[in-house]
Amino acid sequence: MIHYDKVTKVYNGGQHAVEDITLSIESGEFVFIVGHSGAGKTTLLKMLFAEVAPTSGSVYFNSRSIGELSNGELLNMRRNIGTVFQDFRLLPTKTIYENIAFALEVAGKSDDDIKADVPHVLELVGLSDKMWSFPRELSGGEQQRVAIARAIVNQPNVLIADEPTGNLDPINTHDVVEILKKINNLGTTVLLATHNRSIVDSVGKRVVTMDQGRLIRDDKMGKYIL
Amino acid sequence: MSLWINTKRVARYGFIGFIRNGFVSLAAVSIMTLTLLVLAGLMVFGAALDTTLAQLTQKVDVNVYFTTNAAEAEITDAKRMLDALPEVASVSYVSRDDALAQFRERHKNDQLTIQALDELKDNPLGAMLQVRAKNTSQYEAIAKFLETQQSSETSVGSAIDKVNFYQNKTAIDRLTNIIDTSKRLGTIVAVVMGLASLLIAFNTIRLAIYTSRDEIGVMNIVGASKWYVRGPFMIAGVLYGVVSGLIVLLLLYPITLYVGPPLQRFLGTFNAFSYYAASFPSIFLVIMGSGIALGALSSYLAVRRYLRN
Repeated sequence: MIHYDKVTKVYNGGQHAVEDITLSIESGEFVFIVGHSGAGKTTLLKMLFAEVAPTSGSVYFNSRSIGELSNGELLNMRRNIGTVFQDFRLLPTKTIYENIAFALEVAGKSDDDIKADVPHVLELVGLSDKMWSFPRELSGGEQQRVAIARAIVNQPNVLIADEPTGNLDPINTHDVVEILKKINNLGTTVLLATHNRSIVDSVGKRVVTMDQGRLIRDDKMGKYIL
Repeated sequence: MSLWINTKRVARYGFIGFIRNGFVSLAAVSIMTLTLLVLAGLMVFGAALDTTLAQLTQKVDVNVYFTTNAAEAEITDAKRMLDALPEVASVSYVSRDDALAQFRERHKNDQLTIQALDELKDNPLGAMLQVRAKNTSQYEAIAKFLETQQSSETSVGSAIDKVNFYQNKTAIDRLTNIIDTSKRLGTIVAVVMGLASLLIAFNTIRLAIYTSRDEIGVMNIVGASKWYVRGPFMIAGVLYGVVSGLIVLLLLYPITLYVGPPLQRFLGTFNAFSYYAASFPSIFLVIMGSGIALGALSSYLAVRRYLRN
């Protein structure tokens, strides 16, 4: 489903963020990408939704090279990939309802579908009562759950989570991980970049370890080893 | 998805953004109001300049005096020839009797002159043509034409007694200079002030959108098309323009009412308030059109900077 083929990314300053990585991820997998800060985890994920282009090599999504997609195809692909970030990245001037509705609107959903889907997904992440609040009125954990709700509302094939628990306390971290496991059980491929040892060890799924831009370990039922 | 639903959603987010980003909207509207006020000021200034210059130009003419024995046909011929010149705006004929009547009217309080005139049996004044050029710089060419006629000893030429251009030449030249300089200076001032105001307004909107750059990034990531991202910002830009335009149109009423009379005393016939009232439709179109275009274009360009594929 996802294939990185000898991918290298060199930023303008000459810094090698990702170096010669070849990696395949099958549909329905739950994959942790672990490594210290600056290991290249974020760059690797950003290349999947084309926020960063590789300097050499290719990234394939559903057997199509992302670099060769047209603008329209790229937008469609992004609507098929949910994204969650450490800093939540919600739209600050929109209510929680509007934040989630926005993802549905850009995917071309009707007003009736939006009215039905948004309350449903908010119920799934336990935030039905916050529908008309603004992001600034929510705690960090709640904002992250909204971000997850927005990422999954279009029922994407893949969910990318880049340090989603980085700003959360242990209880909220546990909640977020449980939601991600639930989403994976429903068939969505989950890629989770983290350096939180305890969640990697507790879930017991595939672990890809990166160090200084290189892939140094890929364990099917791995632990956090660095 | 239908274009109508898309447009409706974009417009709604534009309105919502305008209201919810209240402080940013206030800043943008304030700056755009000042910009449009400068534009309105330039329009009033331009109209005042045009009216005053036109009025001065109206006061200049060249008179062709005919001899007292010039035949009516010769004068009519001269008038026809002058009318045919491209530089000539109008030629008005003052007959000997009219010239006498005008002379009497002008000197009605000067008993001595009137008595002297009464002593004469014949009307001592010749007929006259008052020639008005389209442009003050063209009087010289008209005078040269008349001079050529005079020296060519045609019947028309010999009927001409005097052309008063050379007596007025210095005054006409000076006025031509003043008019040219005023127009050039007026254009330069208008262009410089207009550009400065536009740049300030454009940068304010850019700054307003700079605060939303992360938001634009998120919209890109969730798969929003460029127009879906850009649309609400452009709608908000149009709203900045509409609100500022309305404020300016409202402000112009008391401003022109207040400055109208003193300005009229200074300039002669131009009244700013009468101009505002009479030209309201064109002022409305220019101010609102500029506001909307400036807001939409600035937003379009500012968002483009943060849009990615």
